Amino acid sequence: MLARVGAGPRRRWAWAARAALSGTCGPWPSPRRPGEDGAFRVTPARSSSASERTEKLDMSKFPVENIRNFGIIAHVDHGKSTLADRLLELTGTIAKTDHNKQVLDKLQVERERGITVKAQTASLFYNYGGKLYLLNLIDTPGHVDFNYEVSRSLSACQGVLLVVDANEGIQAQTVANFFLAFEAQLSIIPVINKIDLKNADPERVEKQIEKMFDIPGGECIKISAKLGTNTEKVLQAVIERIAPPKVSRKSPLKALVFDSNFDQYRGVIANVALFDGVVSKGDKIVSAHTQKTYEVNEVGILSPDEKLTQKLYAGQVGYLIAGMKDVTEAQIGDTLYLHKQPVEPLPGFKSAKPMVFAGMYPIDQSEYNNLKSAIEKLTLNDSSVTVHRDSSLALGAGWRLGFLGLLHMEVFNQRLEQEYNASVILTTPTVPYKAILSSAKLIKEYREKEITIINPSQFPDKSKVTEYLEPIILGTIITPNEYTGKIMTLCLNRRAVQKNMVFIDQNRVMLKYLFPLNEIVVDFYDSLKSLSSGYASFDYEDAGYQTADLVKMDILLNGNPVEELVTIVHKEKAYPIGKAICERLKDTIPRQLFEIAIQAAIGSKIIARETVKPYRKNVLAKCYGGDITRKMKLLKRQAEGKKRMRKVGNIEVPKDAFIKVLKRQPDK
Amino acid sequence: MQGLQDPRNFTGSHGQVHPAFCRFRVPEQSPAGSRECLYPGLAANLALPGTRARFRAAATLCTQRASRRSCAAGRGQSLDENLGHPRGSKQPPAPGTRSAALYVHWPYCEKRCNYCNFNKYIPRTLDEGAMQKCLVKETTTLLKLSGVQRIDSVFFGGGTPSLASPHTVASVLETIAQTTHLPAKAEVTLEANPTSSQASRLTAFQGAGINRLSIGIQSLDNKELQLLGRTHSVSDALGTLEEARRVYPGRTSVDLMFGLPAQQVEPWLRQLQELLSLCDDHISLYQLTLERGTLLFAQVQQGTLPSPDPEAAAEMYQHGREILREAGFRQYEVSNFARNEALSTHNWTYWQGGQYIGVGPGAHGRFVPRGDGGSLREARIQTLEPDNWMKEVSMFGHGTRKRVSLSELELLEEVLALGLRTDTGITHQHWLQFEPQLSLWDVFGKAEEVRELQSQGLLLLDHRGLRCSWEGLAVLDTVLLRLLLQLQNAWENRPPPMLKVTESGAASQREDSR
Repeated sequence: MLARVGAGPRRRWAWAARAALSGTCGPWPSPRRPGEDGAFRVTPARSSSASERTEKLDMSKFPVENIRNFGIIAHVDHGKSTLADRLLELTGTIAKTDHNKQVLDKLQVERERGITVKAQTASLFYNYGGKLYLLNLIDTPGHVDFNYEVSRSLSACQGVLLVVDANEGIQAQTVANFFLAFEAQLSIIPVINKIDLKNADPERVEKQIEKMFDIPGGECIKISAKLGTNTEKVLQAVIERIAPPKVSRKSPLKALVFDSNFDQYRGVIANVALFDGVVSKGDKIVSAHTQKTYEVNEVGILSPDEKLTQKLYAGQVGYLIAGMKDVTEAQIGDTLYLHKQPVEPLPGFKSAKPMVFAGMYPIDQSEYNNLKSAIEKLTLNDSSVTVHRDSSLALGAGWRLGFLGLLHMEVFNQRLEQEYNASVILTTPTVPYKAILSSAKLIKEYREKEITIINPSQFPDKSKVTEYLEPIILGTIITPNEYTGKIMTLCLNRRAVQKNMVFIDQNRVMLKYLFPLNEIVVDFYDSLKSLSSGYASFDYEDAGYQTADLVKMDILLNGNPVEELVTIVHKEKAYPIGKAICERLKDTIPRQLFEIAIQAAIGSKIIARETVKPYRKNVLAKCYGGDITRKMKLLKRQAEGKKRMRKVGNIEVPKDAFIKVLKRQPDK
Repeated sequence: MQGLQDPRNFTGSHGQVHPAFCRFRVPEQSPAGSRECLYPGLAANLALPGTRARFRAAATLCTQRASRRSCAAGRGQSLDENLGHPRGSKQPPAPGTRSAALYVHWPYCEKRCNYCNFNKYIPRTLDEGAMQKCLVKETTTLLKLSGVQRIDSVFFGGGTPSLASPHTVASVLETIAQTTHLPAKAEVTLEANPTSSQASRLTAFQGAGINRLSIGIQSLDNKELQLLGRTHSVSDALGTLEEARRVYPGRTSVDLMFGLPAQQVEPWLRQLQELLSLCDDHISLYQLTLERGTLLFAQVQQGTLPSPDPEAAAEMYQHGREILREAGFRQYEVSNFARNEALSTHNWTYWQGGQYIGVGPGAHGRFVPRGDGGSLREARIQTLEPDNWMKEVSMFGHGTRKRVSLSELELLEEVLALGLRTDTGITHQHWLQFEPQLSLWDVFGKAEEVRELQSQGLLLLDHRGLRCSWEGLAVLDTVLLRLLLQLQNAWENRPPPMLKVTESGAASQREDSR
């Protein structure tokens, strides 16, 4: 009976689920490319699930021993989402059609990039050995930028499927994900996918897994998620090899928030995993983090669309709506408990810590309010983005946004463009530097000795600090051996220090380097990809701070410093960076009636210079009757542009010049 | 086909007159008209009332330096002297609405030049008779619409107007003379291409009423002519120049281009020197502008031609104008040089913000449609494509595609942008004719930007008016941006409306055009 209900909304689940889970629901438009997916052309509507919602499931029929909570972890494109599709089909959660492609990846950016940004959850019902099992698939974000989310998602699981491409083998992200799961003491089921490919070499991958992760070769399940080969075995392994959650229904409620979404009409929808107890509509619950109390309006499971249940019991995974108005009220990692029945919060909670900062400005200031509302809406679903108002003389009013990492930044930007049709200027990303102050006056001013510098204008003078610190990361690179030399040179140029080098099989090497974070925020990943013909993979994790020889570099136009171009650079990198900025300015500052010297300076020392020669002739040759209209139009357009130019001394600098310098450069 | 592209063949190599021509002509015209019938004698055959005398005169006096057509009505003689002709006139042109210049666009060319993005067509078939009818019709309509009492100058541009038949030119001039007053000394210029301007035709055009010729020589280097896609050779050009000087002594102008891809300074200066030894009293130096949609633009984009070096062009311009100055030429406009007072009055009208009427496909105009009761100057554009234009003219009497009323500020902006192209710039009296309430001093006297330009030696503002220095003229576009912004600024902050004395002497509220 339950299986029947589970299969009920098949027909329309895809778009309903998208509406429910992707965060793009609500009255604001979410531009979808027409024809991208036929099923998505229908306007999402919640009414379809209304009937199912009234038909409340009784979840008490699933004792803990019949429940398995598991995730799938994999490197990009190794087939995580395709495997999820098959598992959904096998369990009748969705109809088996040819159209099920990455059904849990609902954002356009996820489909385009082949990554998972938002964790999705699906409760699967599966009959095995005469018993009906409840298998909760918690689809984790697939990138270490979302490491924290991954770790929270994994903490709701007892086991994971570690999917590895039979052709590509272990990649950097496979390693990172493995260790996350390993540290969380989860059962790991290695799954070698894509065995149908011509160049597939499952045996070699099996050996890599054995060598790197110490998992006996025989434990790998070799499948083709695309063709469905051996996928049933995966489900059986989930039941056999993963333990049921160790929980107690009798204890008071202890629920982990492992994701949250915002719905315009219903407020925050928190995805929860129950460690202990029971929750039902009408319960008063408290957030351990905020200590706020809420009344539960709705509980249910995700299958993968929302389905009302009477209650949720210990060991189960589902959603909960309790009148929270803002996603920051349901932070990932938070613990919920019943009012007046406090419990020890689950370990591991931390607030998101941005590691990459970038300025974001509307291309046209008249777009400020639209962009503001787009950013607000997007951050409703992504509380890990920090937003501070900022303004620049050249670019106008905007924000300084903090992201978990580069991919996070790109995804955010792409979602703004795709889902909110906003076009923005995104400045070159920077990292949070620190300074240990020595000046008593400054310490008094800041009220602390160690300060974090997000904006270069706050950079304290060297005479007032003991030392500067920069964030570092531990990078993992896995590459075919033939590219090792080039990659080592690249790393060296990025001031990286090698920590480790291991052959994971005869021709694949895993390199570990400590990198200053600012060396990888600009174009490292693309350089790595291009010099390895796309074969090297890269992943990184936080590794704290280290002392750095940092300097503040000014850009001068005829001796006048340009406030918005002040940069903090490593002393070693000052010359190439200064030179590049001067060159870019030279290309964009129009000739004027006098010569312009563009200089990069550290203190009073000039380290790079370019010159813009003055105009000698600038007058339209022909201007007669027919040309006048055109000439006036041209002049007026230029005059309009001139109005918007920024004057540095008596030099007019067009906004474009700043954009060209400040904007993230297309990766070479 | 070939014959249709070459108006010389309108009479046919067999001595036949083009049928269209015959239709246009009065019935008594002999169908087997000889070549001469196109030339001065033609005038006598035109049965257009009130014009015979003028044309007979023109025909007989054509070799004289200035056309001495008798004044048909004898009116406006004194006004003529106040037209703002640079020649012997101290007065700037009145921005009034009583007179205008008239531009006629001949849209056809034999071949597309590689640098030209003007409105021109290479016709496969050409019904010149129909074209002529339409030019005449539109001239009549627009003249009436403008309500002008006098046309001070006429300019036949293109395209290649020297490909048109002298008869067509004559009939347009006839129409002007008929509809309004065309003074005998009015400047009537024809743009000529060396290949379509052999001696006999030059004389024929003179007979039709042309009294000034502007020859598109462009270069004295055959390779450069080829690069530009010109149909003529250096010897064609020099032959035409010699012939033109004989027919239009003192009233022949030549165009020379500079700043071509790969062009060097020294050889170009030698070209200029050579041209100087051969030319008449007027030279135009035009820097090549690469226009989108031209072959040259594409070639430079694709890299098959080097992009022109702006430094070299600047040097050519500086040295070029020095050479011309030494040779006694006055640089009276950015690109135009004249000696012996041989300034082009037609173009001068544009730069002084005078009215002009544009006739023909794609022609632009600037005039007050007084005949329609209008009081604001309009910017007008005629339909671009000749066939459509002709259809419209046949149906409505004119092919005006777009008309936009110019606000007071827009008119002032044009006065400023155009006036500063000339060496005399904008005099105080001239400015006050357009804007009596806000003097040049009011607008520019206190501006920091203007003071800066003055201290850089680029601009002058003194008792005479506002003008560029010799150095300033070369960078006018940069200078202009500041002045335009200053004008906009001053306009926005001008004193509140006050009583203004109109032409009729009555006091009226000043209209705020914003």
